[in-house]
Amino acid sequence: MYQASTQPRPSIFYDYQVYPYRRPPELDGQAIEHRVAVVGAGPIGLATALDLARQGIACVLLTADQQVSEGSRALAYTRRSMEILQQVGVADRIVEHGLPWRHGNSFYRGQCVYRLDVPFDDDDRYAPLTNLQQQYLEQFLIEQIQAQPLIDLRMGHKVLGVQPRADGADLQVDTPDGPYVLRCDWLVACDGARSQVRQSMQLRMEGTAYEGRFVIADIRCDLGLPTERMAFFDPPWNPGNTVLVHREPFGLWRVDYQLPPGETPEQALAPASMSARINAQLELMGKGGTPWELDWCSVYSTRTMTLTDYVHGRVIFAGDAAHMLPIFGVRGANTGWQDGHNLAWKLAMVIRGLAGPRLLPSYSSERVKAAQEIIDEAGRSVRFMTPPTPGFRLLRDAVLSLSLSQAYARPLMNWRTSRPHEYTDSTLNTADDDNSLFDGGWPQGAQIRNVRLGNDDHLLDHLGASFHLFLFHPEDRVAPGLQHTVETLRATGLPIAIVLMSATGQREVAGADLVLDDRHAHARERFGIQRGQGAYLVRPDHHVCARWMSLNGERLSRAVSRALGH
Amino acid sequence: MSDPIRLTDLEDFYDALAESVDRATPQKAELFLAKLALQLASEVKDPATLRRALDVALQDL
Repeated sequence: MYQASTQPRPSIFYDYQVYPYRRPPELDGQAIEHRVAVVGAGPIGLATALDLARQGIACVLLTADQQVSEGSRALAYTRRSMEILQQVGVADRIVEHGLPWRHGNSFYRGQCVYRLDVPFDDDDRYAPLTNLQQQYLEQFLIEQIQAQPLIDLRMGHKVLGVQPRADGADLQVDTPDGPYVLRCDWLVACDGARSQVRQSMQLRMEGTAYEGRFVIADIRCDLGLPTERMAFFDPPWNPGNTVLVHREPFGLWRVDYQLPPGETPEQALAPASMSARINAQLELMGKGGTPWELDWCSVYSTRTMTLTDYVHGRVIFAGDAAHMLPIFGVRGANTGWQDGHNLAWKLAMVIRGLAGPRLLPSYSSERVKAAQEIIDEAGRSVRFMTPPTPGFRLLRDAVLSLSLSQAYARPLMNWRTSRPHEYTDSTLNTADDDNSLFDGGWPQGAQIRNVRLGNDDHLLDHLGASFHLFLFHPEDRVAPGLQHTVETLRATGLPIAIVLMSATGQREVAGADLVLDDRHAHARERFGIQRGQGAYLVRPDHHVCARWMSLNGERLSRAVSRALGH
Repeated sequence: MSDPIRLTDLEDFYDALAESVDRATPQKAELFLAKLALQLASEVKDPATLRRALDVALQDL
């Protein structure tokens, strides 16, 4: 019999709520065949369940805990993550409480040797990065789920094991009322780096585990500094190692420091050791003697590992359950949300019987490739921050030394941050469209970027859980052939909307589901439309799968069929 | 391939490099040489030349 702790976790700034456990109907003899079970109510499981619900797919969401995350954990969310979180309905609350930022500073020998400046595009709604403690993020997602009847959130339900079936999976679940078996057609495992589902299926990740260990310590402290990421290389109190400092909302700061080799997590987290190190770091920042109070601390190590396939029959992996990525460059949750957003619409199409055989495998191929790209990029950051061999240490030290006088060496001290991946080679892209004729805009596989339409009005605000056909025509006409094709597709149950970007400022146009004012031709310019005419077919996750200079119903029909994996 | 370096220029660099290694002190000689290699790479720029230089220097150690 499993019983989650019902004692609120300790915190000096976050008021933990214990959510109720509910007895499952399965324990009273009800045989339920769930369409989808999502395991894990961390950031990825919560958002993926909401994303499935947007697509009209019901799911049961299982989590062992009855409280949100212990500690601030994920903390920094990218613009793309905010766009995905907007789709599932929580971005406004994150903006309301979060701290936006776009600058970083790297210090060596008391000098700021590198200043990171992530550009903020006026077309974007969200800042390049937003900091908010994971507790709040999860709370907002849970509150959104509580208002969503399609999601059966079961807290205090611990998954012990998985029995995959040809047509689904059986989960062994333990609760305060005893164990039960939960049957589902599809299982989405979002149960984190130590995924019980992955272990139960004996699936192994491939990649590298690095030696370096880091302490994360969240302190409440009044430093009076702006929201900018700070990195201190080789500080006198921690020679050869790296210290990172991030500002958090509600008066907190995260101090993230590397441990000397050989030190155990227990030694590192001993209060006297932590106090001395945090005081030394405050001293280094010119804030010596500032009073502070610890909220949470933890030790982590760095891995760059991924499963080589995320779809195993009816069991699908997303987030840290599928890959473990270094936190330098905010790649954990930010990568996981892109997994979930890629998966949700595809699984919905499969369940509705609209998908061809290539659709679900494309989730795995697109996202495994993204993880591998991240691993290649992140490997560089990790080798700089925690040099694995004497050679890497020597070169890192050489770059630090050069950085004091030579500008060319300084970008080597920075790490690339998480970004949306382009599915250039996706099997869902159309081969014979006009992609290569465009000069500008967003190519096949890329995510369409936001477009500012007006004050507090952006393109992505208007998109729903469907395919979108963006049309540009000098006289704002929707060809009857296209209209007919879209109606035929819709009759099969496919969610697809025609968005006319109006050149003339009309409010309504026959055949268009949505008309957006583009009299200033700004959207035309962003989409790379020439001579006023063109079309983009955009997947429900905002990635382009085909684009044309001119389009007819037959070409559209073929592209949609391909995008559905036929 | 460009012309080989003039012997007198090479001799001058030989002396200057030896003196610089000594000035760096034995504890910092490795660091100095690594910095020097990166500095030269930033001026040479050509990846094939740099790759060849690495291969040559690794020979017959």
